[in-house]
Amino acid sequence: MTPQVGQAFSLDRMMAVLIKEFIQLTRDRVTYAMILAVPVLQMLLFGYAVNGDPRHLPTALLVQENSAFARSVVTSIANTSYFHITHQARTPAELDRLVRTGEVQFAITIPGDFTRRVLRSDKAQILIEADATDPTATGSALAALAQLPREALRHELTGAAARPAGPAQPFEVVVHRRYNPENVTSYNIVPGLLGIVLTLTLVMQTAIGVTREQERGTMESLLATPVQPLEVMIGKLAPFVIVGVLQTAVILLVAKLLFDVPMSGGWLGFSLGVLLFIIGSLGLGFLISTLTRTQLQAMQLSVFYLLPSILLSGFLFPFRGMPEWAQALGSIIPVTHFLRVVRGALLKGQDLADMMPSLLALAVFVCAVAALALARYRTTLD
Amino acid sequence: MTVAIDVQGLDKSFGGRRVVRDFAIQVEQGRITGFLGPNGSGKTTTLRMLCGLLTPDGGSGTALGFDIISESWEIKRRTGYMTQRFSLYEDLTVEENLQFSARIRGLDRRRERVDSALADLGLAERRKQLAGTLSGGWKQRLALAVATLHEPELLLLDEPTAGVDPQARRDFWDEIHVLAARGLTVLVSTHYMDEAERCHDIAYIAYGELLARGTADEVIAGAKLSTWRGEGPGVDRLSNELMKDPAIEMAAPFGLALHVSGSDPQAIERALAPYRRPPFHWSRTEPTLEDVFIHLMGGARDNFQ
Repeated sequence: MTPQVGQAFSLDRMMAVLIKEFIQLTRDRVTYAMILAVPVLQMLLFGYAVNGDPRHLPTALLVQENSAFARSVVTSIANTSYFHITHQARTPAELDRLVRTGEVQFAITIPGDFTRRVLRSDKAQILIEADATDPTATGSALAALAQLPREALRHELTGAAARPAGPAQPFEVVVHRRYNPENVTSYNIVPGLLGIVLTLTLVMQTAIGVTREQERGTMESLLATPVQPLEVMIGKLAPFVIVGVLQTAVILLVAKLLFDVPMSGGWLGFSLGVLLFIIGSLGLGFLISTLTRTQLQAMQLSVFYLLPSILLSGFLFPFRGMPEWAQALGSIIPVTHFLRVVRGALLKGQDLADMMPSLLALAVFVCAVAALALARYRTTLD
Repeated sequence: MTVAIDVQGLDKSFGGRRVVRDFAIQVEQGRITGFLGPNGSGKTTTLRMLCGLLTPDGGSGTALGFDIISESWEIKRRTGYMTQRFSLYEDLTVEENLQFSARIRGLDRRRERVDSALADLGLAERRKQLAGTLSGGWKQRLALAVATLHEPELLLLDEPTAGVDPQARRDFWDEIHVLAARGLTVLVSTHYMDEAERCHDIAYIAYGELLARGTADEVIAGAKLSTWRGEGPGVDRLSNELMKDPAIEMAAPFGLALHVSGSDPQAIERALAPYRRPPFHWSRTEPTLEDVFIHLMGGARDNFQ
């Protein structure tokens, strides 16, 4: 095609488009907010909250002898700054429960014959059990223990106690990486992905699905019929419950077949958690749709919600690696609790009682969004 | 007479702008009432308040004997509402749209009703076609079928024939008259004068106020307007000049002719005197509905400002 007269690039015409684009950008307040809020939020979260080398991880202690040696070992462990002794367990069973429910990241056992064996150079051991569901959270801490046997008893083992001969180190640190002995990262990520996938599809799909009716004008016709808010809400959301359940099944299948993720049980709690999370996410999508006018806005708000769900929930980065304010923020996010349920069930085989706090949090989430969504839903166009 | 709609003092504001003010109207059952008025005059808002889609800020009244505020659910059950924009599901087929409407209104004999609606519409062959792919005229017929599937007692139509060809409009109005003959009360907003003349009654609204009410003849007579018709080459270009005379409230070209109107016939005669020369020819004529509306709109704007 030969160019016609005046067909050359025109700065004026280009400017016309450019100016129009700028005006439209400022018209849509949600877009405007997102342009500014998203980078700031990302920087704050990535910059301050995310920490790949978490320290001060909660640790439970079971000391079966009251001795200077034991106290020194404990002090040395605390001095690494990776371990923060939060619980003193009295029995091995209590210690086990603390790890299983995820209240602590580590459990340290100093056996009753520790001092005696150290002095006799008779294979003295302390046991550190790590909740290794998230290898990132435990990796650095366990690495820091390498120096422990050489350093911990330096002061005690002098003079008369100094051992003339024997092994190079006075005792051995036995590490049990529980739930994920081979430190496979995908064991942690793949179940977590379930939470992210469900959030992404369900929140966004419903938010967009309802706003589409407003945008296309079909909501006006719908509101002119005698249909009630709860009828609309359940009718619109129920199909997506099936979508969510299907997605869960597919992800579980792939996790098993391709990634060989352990499935230790806890199916009752798991199912309950999945159901609550699906319903809650749908309710949230519905709520978002009552706050937005266009599909684009609904999508942007969904992304806005997804971001902290990925960064602050413990999905990508260890939850306990975050500063306290970020952990508090993360505790409000439903995905955080859902991840605990999923990982607890698949990796740890938690029973219903172990998951109860997370399940309750999810139940609160469901009730809150449902109530808010229904309160926000208008049966009129006012 | 049975009153289908009886409302008083309706008020509605959006963002501080009063769209409907102190609106009162009575509509007799089985009548077709045309809502006319300039854009933004509150026609859509009024229709929406009548069927419970909007809550009035003030005022009260009944539709079909039910309170428009506290019993809007009962009104919704008995009302068909056709929105200004095509508002059916474009990604559902013709048949699916009808079925959805039948279900949501809890109708019995659904299949029968949908089939007969499809047959009445002449849409039986297009039942599997997506509603979004229908042409403007068919969309509008489908929308009417959906709005009347539950045999409502009140039908609210918001500019139902915008963008529809004359034949389809004519068919549409025939259908509306058939429905009204069965006792259905119809409120229809429109900008078309020929449609206004097809209504039993007219309500002229401008800037949220009801300015004229009655049959077309009553409205014309009530305006007490005197109109002259000017003909001759170039007469249509005189309007700006003529409008400078305060006696002439309106000078509007009608094709090649010019309609000049005002309230005082003698003053208009005086104003026209300089133009009573060839090639122009002036004759007294009856004002049309359009003359009256333009006159009313001008008056209302003066009040509004």
